[in-house]
Amino acid sequence: MPSLKDLRNRISSVKATQKITKAMQMVAAAKLRRAQEAAEAARPYSQRMGAVLANLAASVDGDDAPRLMAGTGKDDTHLLVCCTAERGLCGGFNSSIAKKVREDARRLQGEGKDIKILCVGKKGFDILKRDFASLIIDRIDLREVKHLAFSDADAIGKKVIALFEEGAFDVCTLYYSEFKSVISQIPTGQQLIPAADETTSADEDNGSIYEYEPDAGAILDDLVPRNISVQIFRALLENAASEQGARMSAMDNATRNAGEMIDKLTLSYNRQRQAQITKELIEIISGAEAL
Amino acid sequence: MADGFNFELVSPEQLLVSTEVSQVVVPGADGYFTVLANHAPTMSTLQPGVAEVTETGGSTEKYVVFGGFVDVTPETCTLLAESAVRVADIDRGDLDQRIQDAREDVSDAKDDETRTKAQAYLDQLTTLQGAVLPA
Repeated sequence: MPSLKDLRNRISSVKATQKITKAMQMVAAAKLRRAQEAAEAARPYSQRMGAVLANLAASVDGDDAPRLMAGTGKDDTHLLVCCTAERGLCGGFNSSIAKKVREDARRLQGEGKDIKILCVGKKGFDILKRDFASLIIDRIDLREVKHLAFSDADAIGKKVIALFEEGAFDVCTLYYSEFKSVISQIPTGQQLIPAADETTSADEDNGSIYEYEPDAGAILDDLVPRNISVQIFRALLENAASEQGARMSAMDNATRNAGEMIDKLTLSYNRQRQAQITKELIEIISGAEAL
Repeated sequence: MADGFNFELVSPEQLLVSTEVSQVVVPGADGYFTVLANHAPTMSTLQPGVAEVTETGGSTEKYVVFGGFVDVTPETCTLLAESAVRVADIDRGDLDQRIQDAREDVSDAKDDETRTKAQAYLDQLTTLQGAVLPA
């Protein structure tokens, strides 16, 4: 049985923890709002980009399509780009993305494919290096980045494209967590290279005949790499919102748990104090009677 | 008075402008061109330059855009810029940084094709710098 002093110490330490988790929850809530705004502000661009690409892809023959879109024609080597957070204490956010990457990597390995992994964010690297240390070709650190800008995503996009041109991989998949709501974030895999099939179903678009300047092929050559950066940017923004959402609900849980713990400890503290008073009274009374 | 049409200037980070305009001058890949209402559907890549937007009210606003592309239909004109700032707000340091980066790209280029591209980009940037910044 812990002594009264021990109990007092424990209560105060749990209270201190509760204060921290509560503060983290509030910070996460504020950051979540900002992250959501950023994600929404970025939406028009990626939507337009998608529409324009679909339009262009429809007007360019399959043979003329740039390699980034058509792929290498093989699918022997897969590059998995794993986007996670830089910090922990956000519930299952990082581990659920890493788990999805791990599952897919195992499945592809089972099919006899080669795997390469590119980690964006520290936490994914920490988790994945346990199983796939030799397969991680690079990691990108975004810890210094306070406010995610397009240039950050562009740098990653350029790196991926450079690797593709070197022939380092045939298929590239981007893993991130899609933000549904504060309590629900869905780890998602999205194929980047070759561009997923959505671009080929463009026929329902107005179908107007465009004039291209310089010409459709050249625009496509310019646009497809840019689209990859845009997709990565979108994924990173979604990820940022998801991370804050996950952290907010995790910290809310932690705060509530701490509250319950404090209640329980206070109860046993009071009980023990009462028992001690009773004991002392009995001692005094029996002492007086003995006289 | 020319007819108005919708103009949108979008960067990856946000929607910068969405308004009714009468005329837009766009720095296209093959040179500047002017978009009026009922323009033929056109798609063009952009070079770094100044886009001049004239609103239906008559006021003009100039934006510096760095790369991207423009999508013109008879009713709308959408400018998707990799980054865009108002000419008045341009940051000299930022422009210098870009030129510096472009110079490095030129010297780092491994083959002629990339070097030509990088050099062209650098030239466009320096022209732009001369155009928007008073010496």
